[in-house]
Amino acid sequence: MSEKKYSKEHEWVTIEGDVATIGITRHAAEMLGDVVFVELPEKGKNVEKEGQAGVVESTKAASDVYTPITGEITDTNQSIVDDPGAVNKDPEGAAWFFKIKIKNKSELDQLMSKADYDKFAKENPN
Amino acid sequence: MEIQKTALYDYHKSLGAKFVPFAGYEMPVQYSSGIVDEHKITRNGAGMFDVSHMGQLLIEGNESLATELEKIIPIDLKKIQLNQSKYSFLTNEEGGIYDDLILTKVEKGFNIILNAACKNNDFKIISSSLKNKFKITLHKNLSLIALQGPKSSQILEKIINGISSLKFMNGNKFYYKGKDVYITRSGYTGEDGFEISITNEFVEDLAKELISHGVKPIGLGARDTLRLEAGLCLYGHDINESTSPIEANLKWAISKRRREEGGFVGYKKIKSDLNGSLNRLRVGIKPDGKIIAREGVKIFSEDGKEIGSITSGTFGPSVNGPIAMGYVKLNFSKPGTKVSLEVRGKKHEAKVSKLPFYKKNYVR
Repeated sequence: MSEKKYSKEHEWVTIEGDVATIGITRHAAEMLGDVVFVELPEKGKNVEKEGQAGVVESTKAASDVYTPITGEITDTNQSIVDDPGAVNKDPEGAAWFFKIKIKNKSELDQLMSKADYDKFAKENPN
Repeated sequence: MEIQKTALYDYHKSLGAKFVPFAGYEMPVQYSSGIVDEHKITRNGAGMFDVSHMGQLLIEGNESLATELEKIIPIDLKKIQLNQSKYSFLTNEEGGIYDDLILTKVEKGFNIILNAACKNNDFKIISSSLKNKFKITLHKNLSLIALQGPKSSQILEKIINGISSLKFMNGNKFYYKGKDVYITRSGYTGEDGFEISITNEFVEDLAKELISHGVKPIGLGARDTLRLEAGLCLYGHDINESTSPIEANLKWAISKRRREEGGFVGYKKIKSDLNGSLNRLRVGIKPDGKIIAREGVKIFSEDGKEIGSITSGTFGPSVNGPIAMGYVKLNFSKPGTKVSLEVRGKKHEAKVSKLPFYKKNYVR
């Protein structure tokens, strides 16, 4: 599996072959607070980079989840739909959101390293 | 206008509060353990809420004041006992609600607790109605702490002697460090609890003492989930200037004599609502699945007609599911009625539900 990369919309991405696994960062989960609802895209749906591809809700508000990668949704993590609290417990591991068959590998170059993301998140807390 | 801070601001900060602007004040929305945890602490133990942003109004006077106040507040002020508290509202000409409030009869006259966002406007409305015949004070030197939860009484009794004998919706004067405090057994969470009015100077001492006895600080986030589970209205959302108390299902808060005799602002609309012209009602709404329907979500009948909208919605930690309140046309207001909710373009099944979603017994 590739090194984890990060987007400015607070998603993380790992790559295996031509499939990207995407979730929200620990920082994003902390900012949201207790996650109580998750909505995921349907399998087979084509999504565009920076397009909406899910919803997370805390007790306070609903937030869109964006995809940092263009492609087709090949799998979604139903376990976080059944237990939304898992997103707070292990946001960058077991609580991944969806997998995408990557259409355009050059999009990966626009993502940040962990060090760059940590700096970005510190400067852009929301 | 510059954002205001309560006397406990620095103390909240030291307790790890995350702040949000609310009604012109910088208020704690949650502390480090999170809203769900704070909610459960209040349901099972004791939580401390800083509600000092709310208005604490004292109007001084006797029977003639009661007569004048009855013109704008539909409580039976002839029957109210010394130290008794009542939930009510300030009504407008159209029978809508300027604000909801808790009024307590005290020795000097009446204490009224007002919503933070409304308090300055309420002051103007009340002052102009009373035409300067009575002394009115919107206290700036007083803080207000709500202590809520089943362990509130046993904990507060250790600090302030005698409070455990208070009955629900009753108050009295007590002493803390030799100073007067006024405490009512009341709150807005659906739990037993107290609201303590204390000078800004001593509020931090009291807060620290409560915390040292195992009370946890609770923010506005959990205050919202708690009050919604308890079926209580949030002003500006579930009730406002265009909802009548009858539509808002708050008929119980208007005493029988006042419902029959009227004599208060907006009675015409309220009377006609009472006499059959009511066409919508505030109800509880429980989604069948996990979807959360928030303010503004449209409500549809089974056959697809729009019948109302949601005014508050969240996840209820003690209910362990989504809950909401909203207004529906009267013939769809019976608990159990199947409805659907349109969230992000998709319809989701739900049912009209009895309120409250969560019920405990108060100490009476």
